[in-house]
Amino acid sequence: MIKVKINGQEQSWDGDPDLPLLWFLRDEAGLTGTKFGCGKALCGACTVIVDKEAVRSCITSINDVAGREVTTIEGLHPDGDHPVQKAWRQVNVPQCGFCQAGQIMQAAALLMDNPKPSHDQIREAMSGNICRCGCYQRIENAVHLASTGV
Amino acid sequence: MNFIDNPRKLRGFEKNIRVEKVSRRSILKGLGVTGGFVLAAPVMTRQAFAYETGAGKMPHGIVVDPRVFVAVAPDGTVTILAHRSEMGTGVRTSLPLVVAEEMEADWSKVKVQQAHGDEVKFGNQDTDGSRSTRHYLMPMRQIGASARTMLEQAAAKRWGVPATEVKAANHEVVHNASGRKLGFGELAADAAKESVPSIEGLKLKDPKDFRYLGKGQVGIVDLHDITTGKARYGADVRLPGMKYAVIARPPVTGGKLTSFDPDAALKVPGVEKVMQVRGWPWPSKFQPLGGVAVIARNTGAAIKGRDALKLVWDDGANGKYDSVAYRKELEEASRKPGLVVRKEGDADGALKGADKVIVGEYYIPHLAHVSMEPPVAVADVKGDKAEIWAPVQSPGGTREDVAKTLGIPEGNVTVNVTLLGGGFGRKSKCDYALEAALLSKELGAPVKVQWTREDDIHNGFLHTVSVERIEAGLDKDGKVTAWRHRSVAPSIASTFAAGTKHQAPFELGMGLVDMPFEIANISCENPEAAAFTRIGWFRSVSNIPRAFAVQSMVGEIANATGRDQKETLLALIGSPRIVKPNVKDMWNYGEPYDSYPIDTARLRKVVELVAEKGEWGRQVPKGHGLGIAVHRSFVSYIATIVEVAVDEKGKLTVPRVDTAIDCGTYVNPERIASQIEGAAIMGLSLAKYGAVTFKDGKVEQTNFDDFQVVRIDEAPLVTNVHIVPPSPDTPPSGVGEPGVPPFAPALLNAIFAATGKRIRALPIGKQLEA
Ligand code: FES
Ligand code: FES
Repeated sequence: MIKVKINGQEQSWDGDPDLPLLWFLRDEAGLTGTKFGCGKALCGACTVIVDKEAVRSCITSINDVAGREVTTIEGLHPDGDHPVQKAWRQVNVPQCGFCQAGQIMQAAALLMDNPKPSHDQIREAMSGNICRCGCYQRIENAVHLASTGV
Repeated sequence: MNFIDNPRKLRGFEKNIRVEKVSRRSILKGLGVTGGFVLAAPVMTRQAFAYETGAGKMPHGIVVDPRVFVAVAPDGTVTILAHRSEMGTGVRTSLPLVVAEEMEADWSKVKVQQAHGDEVKFGNQDTDGSRSTRHYLMPMRQIGASARTMLEQAAAKRWGVPATEVKAANHEVVHNASGRKLGFGELAADAAKESVPSIEGLKLKDPKDFRYLGKGQVGIVDLHDITTGKARYGADVRLPGMKYAVIARPPVTGGKLTSFDPDAALKVPGVEKVMQVRGWPWPSKFQPLGGVAVIARNTGAAIKGRDALKLVWDDGANGKYDSVAYRKELEEASRKPGLVVRKEGDADGALKGADKVIVGEYYIPHLAHVSMEPPVAVADVKGDKAEIWAPVQSPGGTREDVAKTLGIPEGNVTVNVTLLGGGFGRKSKCDYALEAALLSKELGAPVKVQWTREDDIHNGFLHTVSVERIEAGLDKDGKVTAWRHRSVAPSIASTFAAGTKHQAPFELGMGLVDMPFEIANISCENPEAAAFTRIGWFRSVSNIPRAFAVQSMVGEIANATGRDQKETLLALIGSPRIVKPNVKDMWNYGEPYDSYPIDTARLRKVVELVAEKGEWGRQVPKGHGLGIAVHRSFVSYIATIVEVAVDEKGKLTVPRVDTAIDCGTYVNPERIASQIEGAAIMGLSLAKYGAVTFKDGKVEQTNFDDFQVVRIDEAPLVTNVHIVPPSPDTPPSGVGEPGVPPFAPALLNAIFAATGKRIRALPIGKQLEA
């Protein structure tokens, strides 16, 4: 039996230990905010925070996070008012929105690590997250805004 | 809280959007929306290409009825239906906002509800062709005005005063003379009993009183949900007892399963069943390709199970499709005469007599949509009833196709439209919903079919592959006197009818026969090209290769004559006029030519606007270059200037992009800007990397590692969007697609300016590294 804390709640799994965390979150735990975009750690749509680090849940097995703390977009802030989320809304970042949970989680992890990133550091840190709609200019601006106070 | 009101000191932020002075008197007159309510519109046959006519002639036309689209609750909450699909353009906000504007509803008291697929009830729902605002701005205003009138009538009756004395404003109706007021909620029940006013008698708001339209100060309705993970896309639908499926499909279009061994797959924990999925012979429109489905308790198990399947395929007739060989075929075809689709003067003769002939052969391979959300659908089929939840651009078409595929009446099919995680034309084809329906029927349980990214790239409906060959004949003074453009590409029609060799009018009309230059001798030709895979609409469709070729050729002519790109472009466009090409079927995006002609004054204007705002001719550092391109598509006019920087190693970056768009009357300039910013990214992606190639009939790319798209670290540092204010009576035109076509040629012209290298085959790939 694998035990993992997701958004502060203890969850357990006694199925395939190799099951990617992504599918545990989406299909077993019903936390569909985390998205599937590639399954190969190429797009960042599935990004969650494990302990304090941004992780691609599509290539992370449920076993890999046993005993650790996973935060998904649903658990980032109780009211959805994390500075990154607020900045995202202020800058009207999303188009289709499908990549945005992953982008926001990546940005939140970046700011935990580096509260005042430069534009180049933002571009570097966010470069694993694809936005096919092409919201990059706004993503960059929103991360910057979140880092300077919304 | 919005983008425009907060010009913070973010890089490029303050320059991102500029709406020039707006004047919109008596907008939208004569958009061709006539007649009363079309509650029971005659059911028109849905043709494969039902684009030939304007809004009213789309399948099922338009429905203008407030009772269908608007509901007012006793507590004052106004619910407005969004009947078009939201895939990132903002349409789910824009059209309801138009209704709210006209009915004087307070946007903060409005709820938007997504309509299911029912075109008899709601009118045409095909969210494609950059048509939503173009076709629905006026009907939505009329719906709002009708609702407002009914509320006013109800209040007037309650007070016993003439209706002319009362007026709706900000969610209530006011009788000025007596100072009495009634909220929309208090009037709801009475208003519902009022007769619906005739469209002819409706009084639309004076645009100067607009609170929302044209202002860009309202965020999209899903903004909060998207940023908190609550927004529901196709993949997020979960039903009790639902099974998860992935499907192994034939690797070659038209291939068939010979045999399969499910044993190893069935041993994967969580896998419950392996079953065959019915396939249709190619081509068969959007019908499933068939294959083997793995059914599991979660998607992860289904994918793992599929990896363990042993499959033997018969590749069939397309097993020899090879992109290297096919390119040669296209090139050879482009060097010989083809079906003449536009002819003015004598291009052959003029080319022979020209002082100089410039030839450009431009190649662009297949492209995959790779919308961020891969195709996915949930179906629950019980007996002769089916319910679908899916991210589809064509809710009505999906309903029709599900009914046909299952052999049940259309009335028994409910199509619930979720948010789309990107569409770009891929989700106009509902094959994934049909797969889910077939599986659910057989399993007797709800099923979610999830496509992986590999499936998306391997088994999609790709953008065509084309060679565009242009020969321009110049006289002694460098004036272009002859223009011959041959376009060779497999047609989307090949996905509907076997043996298709020529492009359809809607493809020829995307930048080939509607070419706007003032040249005396023109020949546009379409040599034959057969298809060997499924071809489909991709954002901007044939405008991508056409703008690439035509606008690159402008750069080549500028170079050959030693003149400025922009001056060369304006000289080719020629005098301000309405272009009247000698073409049998102009298509014109299905719009009547009277209201949407090719107007070179507007074309010139976007060139001049972008040149001014984008500071054309400015000094750029060494290794940088500026390029310009303009293109009319989806009856909008767009010009782009790209500044490129190419370093010694051939690595390119894009410091700045400026785009000017004239899309007529518009609803939300803030979303126009976001579409154009996104179009620059998509344009850069296809220019740098875009290539789906075939070997032995199979797609060679698999995922984002070998079908790359632009990431944030290579995105333009800034994209500025300049919107041309509509002059009175300018009807609305497309926004979602037109931003893409001019980007690549502007970039390539910029690369030439920076390096002297003329790239004629996309993607750029490593061509600059040599
Ligand atoms: S789905 Fe995990 S990185 Fe793309
Ligand atoms: S908003 Fe659509 S993929 Fe990013």
